Amino acid sequence: MDALYALMHGLTIATQPWNLLYALTGVLLGTAVGVLPGIGPALTVALLLPITFKLDPAGSLIMFAGIYYGGMYGGSTTSILINTPGESASMVTALEGNKMAKAGRGGPALATAAIGSFVAGTLATLGIVFLAPWLVNVAVNFGPEDYFALMVVAFITVSATFGDSPIRGLTSLFIGLTLGLVGIDKLTGQPRLAFGVPDLLDGVEVTTLAVGLFAVGEALYVASRRHLVEEKLEPVRGSLWMTKADWKRSFWPWIRGTCFGFPIGALPAGGAEIPTFLSYSTEKRLTKHPEEFGHGAIEGVAGPEAANNASAAGTLVPLLTLGLPTSATAAMLLAGFQQYGLNPGPLLFAERPDLVWGLIASLFIANIMLLVLNLPLVGLWVKLLAIPQPWLYAGILVFATMGTIAAKPSVVELSMLAGFCVMGFLMRRFDFPVAPVVVGLILGPVAESQLRRALQISLGDPMVLLQSPMSATLLAVAVLALLAPFALKGMSRFKASED
Amino acid sequence: MLPVRILCRGALIAGTVMFATAAFAQTMELKIVAPAAPGGGWDQTARSIQQALIAEKLVKNAQVVNIAGAGGTVGLAQFVNGTKGDGNQLMVNGFVMVGAILMNKSPVSMSQITPIAKITEEVQIMVVPVNSPIKTAKDLAEAVKKDVAKVTFAGGSAGGVDHIMAALFVGAAGADASKVNYVAFSGGGESLAAILGGKVTAGISGLSEYEGQIKAGKLRAIGVTSANRIAGSDIPTFKEQGIDLVLTNWRSVFGAPGINDVQKKALGELVEKLVKSASWKDILKQKGWDDAYTPAEPFTKFLAEEQTRVTAVMQTVGLVK
Repeated sequence: MDALYALMHGLTIATQPWNLLYALTGVLLGTAVGVLPGIGPALTVALLLPITFKLDPAGSLIMFAGIYYGGMYGGSTTSILINTPGESASMVTALEGNKMAKAGRGGPALATAAIGSFVAGTLATLGIVFLAPWLVNVAVNFGPEDYFALMVVAFITVSATFGDSPIRGLTSLFIGLTLGLVGIDKLTGQPRLAFGVPDLLDGVEVTTLAVGLFAVGEALYVASRRHLVEEKLEPVRGSLWMTKADWKRSFWPWIRGTCFGFPIGALPAGGAEIPTFLSYSTEKRLTKHPEEFGHGAIEGVAGPEAANNASAAGTLVPLLTLGLPTSATAAMLLAGFQQYGLNPGPLLFAERPDLVWGLIASLFIANIMLLVLNLPLVGLWVKLLAIPQPWLYAGILVFATMGTIAAKPSVVELSMLAGFCVMGFLMRRFDFPVAPVVVGLILGPVAESQLRRALQISLGDPMVLLQSPMSATLLAVAVLALLAPFALKGMSRFKASED
Repeated sequence: MLPVRILCRGALIAGTVMFATAAFAQTMELKIVAPAAPGGGWDQTARSIQQALIAEKLVKNAQVVNIAGAGGTVGLAQFVNGTKGDGNQLMVNGFVMVGAILMNKSPVSMSQITPIAKITEEVQIMVVPVNSPIKTAKDLAEAVKKDVAKVTFAGGSAGGVDHIMAALFVGAAGADASKVNYVAFSGGGESLAAILGGKVTAGISGLSEYEGQIKAGKLRAIGVTSANRIAGSDIPTFKEQGIDLVLTNWRSVFGAPGINDVQKKALGELVEKLVKSASWKDILKQKGWDDAYTPAEPFTKFLAEEQTRVTAVMQTVGLVK
């Protein structure tokens, strides 16, 4: 129980009035910068980190935690309201969240995102306290073959995001996989599909693709339809707050999202995307309201948002226990630590427990601050949707372009954004789902390099995929996930004939 | 409600303004270009320079601009094309860029920009899991000689300093360097996990990255690439184990292309003052970087030698045809 005692000590420091003020300022700044489309939490933190230089270690860490959570929540806000995910992990939030916002349920969508983040953050903080040493052993033993098997599971389960037509969904997925090939091959260093353009050597930026396809493509589509159908956005329909039914429908997705997010986030190459995909497809399968999916189901916001937040806390496990920064944000956090001459690593917990627990407590406080700050603001945010449509969409075009330039100031990047928005427009026009393109771009390269790493280490022996117990189990899960829908279909047909 | 709203709007404006200055940086006295994403080695170097320059009041203001992409060659291209004759520009780069230019067939090269100084270097280290039968660099060299394909090295991206070191090690051990089985990982975190998990034979990285694990007894250091033993360290160099492998991951600063001698001299003096300042020494200590200050003239000569060496290695390994 030393851990709990230490956490309490950290909390008493973090709740001093000055520190609370730092947390509040951090959350405000983080949200303000994070709402810019294309600016994810890592970039937000990088831009704002210098502000924290002047504070004492405790204040700096607390403000840092506030900026981080603020940036993350800011990204979700714009994903939900104007369909512009600031980072790949909030892409899934945009899927259902934006549909909810358009149906006048932006208030509950924002609320379930904020509360879900809080619930996940709290549970994941407890996870760090109790599970870190154990989880880190699992994470270290997770080899390339196991990652590949996890990717296979993800590919199969996210086929749920493919919409109604598998052929159209697969077409989209393959476009994404092809885009994923662009750039320098990670293992041999050879350029692929880059056509001699240096900007393409690093591959296609996920946020550029997502912003182009989702936000700009949609703006074009709405503009093209304007004279046909006058779509009226209602900012608020029904309650601004979550109803009792909303709470009930959000609760388990929050918990399940946390269960996906925390352990996968703790894996060195786990990331935040896979848990959000897995959470989304799980909720889609388990929901009692399947007809609402694709039209704004609250579960589809609650689960992935919780997963995203929990995975962020999960990345702290390898960072604090091994000194492994496994995400861009964790790397920024590491930079924050180094300001005070600390090198996170296996000895950090033993050498500087005050700072480690101070950080964990700060994350906790920042999480609460986020909730306190943003719930009252939900009403203000949804008013964004009351802006007349031409203005709103013109604004989206401006912000999407600005965000892209800020993330990567280059002409090629802007041209890509333009290309993707035309592609997004055409896909929408001809009814191809856009999400699988982004899924392909994210998962394709990871799956490829992990498989090739596994084979390189095993000297070309494919049996390595079955010899590792973790990989074998995951592949079995994948096969089950692939066959289960058919089996269930068969059973329901059987039931139907009985009726 | 109202005060909160006003507060928020204020923060939004403040945030946007800050964002705008950070991203577009138009009013700065000194611009430091980091040709990499935030968080990496060059970015940290650039931000450390910024921090020290401001703390020592050596400049009125300094701004870091990140231009990520393709091992720094995207940033290099923009620097070459966009800053001609501008004496207020500084670019951070280093060893990795030498390889990246070759590998990416970059149309621009480091000879188009103005060398100011080499400023830091980081010694490279090779480690094995603590339960590995390999105890010394000699053991590993013998394993490599026996069957080069069976020895897997984990490290950073293909063509980077870790990859080149693996090839140099295999060559120095007397095996065929073109057959080196190098597994590239995308970050230090991922490769470290593969080493701790015993998935690969040996791991390669900058010295400071594995320090914690070595101290905690999870990794065994079998050699460092410095010419002489690091003061106060019990890790042997490769050289004293009879393996001819000396290499450092150096970082340097360059001025804009086509600057005149006055501008060049001013930047050189600024950097010299920087590296001699107390703030800079503190930062070096924090980050585990070694002071490797080498002014423009000897640095230019050193750069040419490194370019020749890296080209040779990359041709052997097949990264450059």
